This record gives sequence, structure tokens and C-alpha cells, in this order.
Amino acid sequence: MDFDIPRIPLGDWIEGGLDFLTSEFSGVTRAISRTTQAGINLLNDGLMWLPEWALMALVILLCWKLSGRRLAIGALLGLSLIWNLGLWNPMIQTLTLVVIATLVAIIIALPLGILAAVSDRFYKVIMPILDFMQTMPAFVYLIPAIPFFGIGSVSGIFATVIFSMPPAIRFTTLGIRQVPKDLVEAADAFGSTRTQKLVKVQLPLSLPTLMGGINQTIMLALSMVVIAAMIGANGLGSEVWRAIQRLRPGEGFEAGIAVVIMAMLLDRLTQSFSGRKKGK
Amino acid sequence: MTDTQQTKIQVRNLSKVFGDDTRKALKLRDEGLNRAQILEKTGQTLGLSNINFDVREGELLVIMGLSGSGKSTLIRCLNRLIDPSEGDIIIEGENIPQLNEKALLQCRRRHFSMVFQNFALFPHRTVQLNAEYGLEIRGIDKAKRAETAKNALKQVGLEGWEDAYPSQLSGGMQQRVGLARALANDASVLLMDEAFSALDPLIRRDMQQELIELQHRMKKTTIFITHDLDEALNIGDRIILLRDGEIVQIGTPEEILTRPADDYVARFTEGVDRSRVVTARRAMRPVRSTARSEDGPRTALRKMVEHSLDSIYVVDSERKLLGIVEAEKADEAAKAGKDSIMELIDKDFPSVGPDEPLSTLYSMFSAKSYPIAVIDEDSRLLGVVVKGAVLEQLAEAGDA
Repeated sequence: MDFDIPRIPLGDWIEGGLDFLTSEFSGVTRAISRTTQAGINLLNDGLMWLPEWALMALVILLCWKLSGRRLAIGALLGLSLIWNLGLWNPMIQTLTLVVIATLVAIIIALPLGILAAVSDRFYKVIMPILDFMQTMPAFVYLIPAIPFFGIGSVSGIFATVIFSMPPAIRFTTLGIRQVPKDLVEAADAFGSTRTQKLVKVQLPLSLPTLMGGINQTIMLALSMVVIAAMIGANGLGSEVWRAIQRLRPGEGFEAGIAVVIMAMLLDRLTQSFSGRKKGK
Repeated sequence: MTDTQQTKIQVRNLSKVFGDDTRKALKLRDEGLNRAQILEKTGQTLGLSNINFDVREGELLVIMGLSGSGKSTLIRCLNRLIDPSEGDIIIEGENIPQLNEKALLQCRRRHFSMVFQNFALFPHRTVQLNAEYGLEIRGIDKAKRAETAKNALKQVGLEGWEDAYPSQLSGGMQQRVGLARALANDASVLLMDEAFSALDPLIRRDMQQELIELQHRMKKTTIFITHDLDEALNIGDRIILLRDGEIVQIGTPEEILTRPADDYVARFTEGVDRSRVVTARRAMRPVRSTARSEDGPRTALRKMVEHSLDSIYVVDSERKLLGIVEAEKADEAAKAGKDSIMELIDKDFPSVGPDEPLSTLYSMFSAKSYPIAVIDEDSRLLGVVVKGAVLEQLAEAGDA
């Protein structure tokens, strides 16, 4: 009576699948890796080329224009602190990763979100996948990233894109589906094609919701980019990582506070942007 | 409003079932089951059943019914915002239910523009760009569509509001934008889905009046949906009464009121203020006698005595109405030996067109108690309305 129920080798299967992908698509992954790295370098160098005070002034001005004096003052204080702590360069590196990861995520998410909004069948397929992507512990994405793209920032971006994309898709779908029925009907009644309806009515009207999704994506990207330091992504995350390894809580908190400041600035900025659009 | 008008749209055997197995529902319908029975047996709703009517070129046709009568479904079947389950809708030789997607787009662009109950304006577009929408999607060039839209906005009295956003306008003005958006499109049929129902009563009245005038001016074939009988009677050239997805009666406002097709319609029309619908033509009597402009006071007086009148209308040789002469004055003038009645004429007399509703007539009876003259466009005298006739008409209609 000693039944030995064999353990399902789920992990082995996944590894087999990943190995297959890595070996078969190494050309593709290497190409992606190279372009992404080039993009990272370009943006990073660009941001670094600007003197600290110029970039700071630019951000403060943006805060002022989009939100108001309070955010501008906050930006001044926050950025000055980061600069003073000597965390300017890591912050730029983190910003670079966030920007690129967000861009890639949006480029992929937008068409998927639109598709899920217009096709009920696609909606039913993609929603569980999104649930999966969001509930899987973020660290897990780091592991397959390494065989695909090697240790470094590109792997960090890969993991970040997967982790931060779902809200952009969800909010796009939600935004389009929330457009009042009578407006869609009006667009139809005048003889709009599907594309005209989408471009002239549904997308503009879902913009506030869409911006909310992008805001979420940016926030998730920032948190993931920091975690991605574990597989060699540069930036504030690697400062934290180093502080952990050397057991220096002070340095860890300094870098952590810099991340919080970045998060607040990015959040308020994108929020005020979507708020402005809504007001019109 | 004449019978020689051409038919614009023919609707034949139109039915709509909301559900998955429309054929079964229609079969049960043909076997004589009613709406409730079909719902019980199949779980499907028979939205419209066997609708037949014609829309005439240039008329304002009102489709009227209570909520759930199928009127919104019906208007949406016309431009296929809802696909009908069976039947034909023929406009200029095209059968709309059978058009493919591409042809349907063209058909909607060419033939239908629509005004919605809750305006359905695009909030992210200015008034001007809202009005341009239909032209824009048809690919009309920028300058042309800007001009057309501007003209349409002018038509509805929104000049100077082009750059405002819909949210900055009042309800009435928003619906004007909705109307301008539809007019700018210059489609051959205007569909108005409860277009004024969301407006408050005063503005609603104004809009109805403006629609009537606009429609008179442009001769645009208009199909207007409403649940409000007063509105239907006020604006409709003809009215289609809808109940439970079927047509109960088709007729002019007066026909609906004076000859209701069944008890349902009669009950429905009970509360209506008839004086607004029954017209002067109906209460009018032929003139018993008129004086000519060259008549003397004596002749006029004799005519009055002969027909026992207190006053007499004076017309010229073309029967154009000149004025009215009272018996007392004619008597005095005759005794004074005057030759012409022209100097006795009172030009301050009440007159109306034949299509004037009785409600306006009632307030016109003045202290002088002249009968009201009914005149045509060339101010020729068609007849007169006396106070008693108005009351009689109102009472008679009340018994119907």
C-alpha cells in the first residue's frame, strides 16, 4: 500500500521550455539585447550630458507648468537632496531604465489593450494572463531574464516590462469600454469606420483612464527597476543592494529615500498631466 | 402636406426580436402568440412586429409611443444601429437590411443623420468640431467642412459659440449643437431620437417651434421619436402611434384626435388640450355676406339686416379683405346721407390663417365681439369664426 505519487516535474518542463527558447531564439534575444543596450546608453548619456542644474531646472519648470508651485518647490528640495547625497548619477541611471521600460511596456500594451476592448474573445484570453503576470512574485521574472539577456540592465528592463505592463493594458481596455454608449452610437450613426471611431472618439475619450494606467506602469517600473539591481541593473537599486551586502543601513536608506523622491515626482507629474486632459 | 409627395423610405414587414433564436420567436408570432407569451416561451422579446409605413419626402413624421413601445428600436433599425430580424427598409432603391458593412457606411453617410436624447456630443471637441464630425469622417476638405459647419451652427442660432466646449453650454444649446451636427452633414433624412425630452419644458417649446420653422424652410425629411403626445401633436405632419411593438394608428394630428383608431388611442388622447390641435379651418363658417368697397352705407346696412349681422366684412373686387363695418355706424352714416362705406371701416379686426390652432383664436375675441376673419396668404377672406363655433368645436372634440 505504498503508493508513491510521482512529483509533477513542472519546474523541469518550464526550464526545458526556457532552454529551448534561449537556444533557438538566441539571435533574436541578442538583437533585442543590443538595441535595448544602445537605447539605454543613448538616453543615459543624453541625461548625463546635461549639467545637473540644467536638468534640475527643467524638471522644476515642468512641475510648475503642469502642477503648480508646491510641486516645483518639492522637486527643488528633493532633487537637491539627491544631488547633495552624491546619488545623482545612480538616479539618472534608474530614470533611464524606468523611461525605457515604460516606453516598451506602453508600445506593447496599447494595441493589446485596444484589441481586448473591441474583442470579447481576446479579452477573455488576456485577462487571466494579466492576472498571472501581476501575481507572480516579481523576483521570479529575474531568473529567466539572465539566460535570455545576460546579467545587466537589459535583463532588468525585460523583467520590468513584464511586471509593469498589465496595468497599461487593463486601463486601456477599461478606458475604451467606459466611453459612453451613446457617443459610440453617435459615431456609428454618422457612418464612422472602426478606425475613425477608435481614433476620433474612443481613444481621446479614454485618455484620462489611459494616463492612469501609464502612471501605474511607471510606478511599477520604478519599483521593479530597483529590484532588478539583483541581476546587475545599475542605478539606485544597486546602491541599496550594495548597502545590504555591506550591512550599511545608513547608505541603504539614503538610496531608498532617493527612490521615494523619484517616485513622488514621477507620480505627481503624470497624475497632473492626466488631470489636465480631463479638465478640458 | 399634400398627397402628391414622393415616398422617401418604405418600411415593409419590419420585425425585431431580441434574443438568440429569432426564427422561433417569429414563428410563434405568426401562429398568433402575443409579446408576453413569446417572452414566456422563448425568453426572447419581440421588440417590433410587422411594421409597415412610408415616409414621405419632406415631411415631419413623428413616431410616438410610451416607453417599451419599440420606438427607439424602430428608429435604430432604420440606420441599422440595431439590426432588424426581418423585413425591408427601402431608401432610394437600396434595401438597408441587406447592405454589407461597406455599403451600410455609405448609406449612413448619405442618407441619415441623427440627433440623440442625451445630445451625445463629443466632449473633447469644440462646438465647431462637433458640427464638423460627419463631414470630417467623409473626408471633406478642411475649408469646406469648416464653412458648412459654421453655416449649420448659424442656422440653429449658435453663431459665436464655435470655440466653446459642449460642457460650457446649457442643455438647450447643447441640443442645438446636436442639431447643427446633424444638419451640417446634409444627409437626406434627419432622425431625431427623443431629441427634446431631456430639455426643460419652456426650452422644449422653443425648440419645437424652431424645428417646425427649420423644417418648413429646409423641407428636410424628418423622423422624430417622442413619448410625449403633446409634442407629437404639436410638431408632426403625421404621427405613427406605436404600442407593444406594433403600429396602432397612422394619421395627421387631427385625425388621431378626432378619429382615434381604437380605445387605446382614445384613452391616450383624453388628456390632450384639443384647442391646440383643432384648427381654425375646422371651426370656420362660410361668410354669409360681405360688403364691397364701392357699396354705400345703405347697401351695407341692408345686407346686414338681411342676414341679421351686427357687423360686416368689406372686401375689394378680388375678395381681399379691407376691414369691417359695424351696423350702428352704417346706420348713422346712412342717416347723414354719406355715399361710401370706406370711411366707416374699422381696420382693427382679428384675422388668422386657416391652420391656426383654436387655442390662439380664443384669446382674440375682443370686446368689440367681431367674428374672427380667416384669410389665406393673399389676405382673401375664406370664412369667419364666431365665439360659439370655437366652444362648440372644443366640446365636440371632447366627446370623441
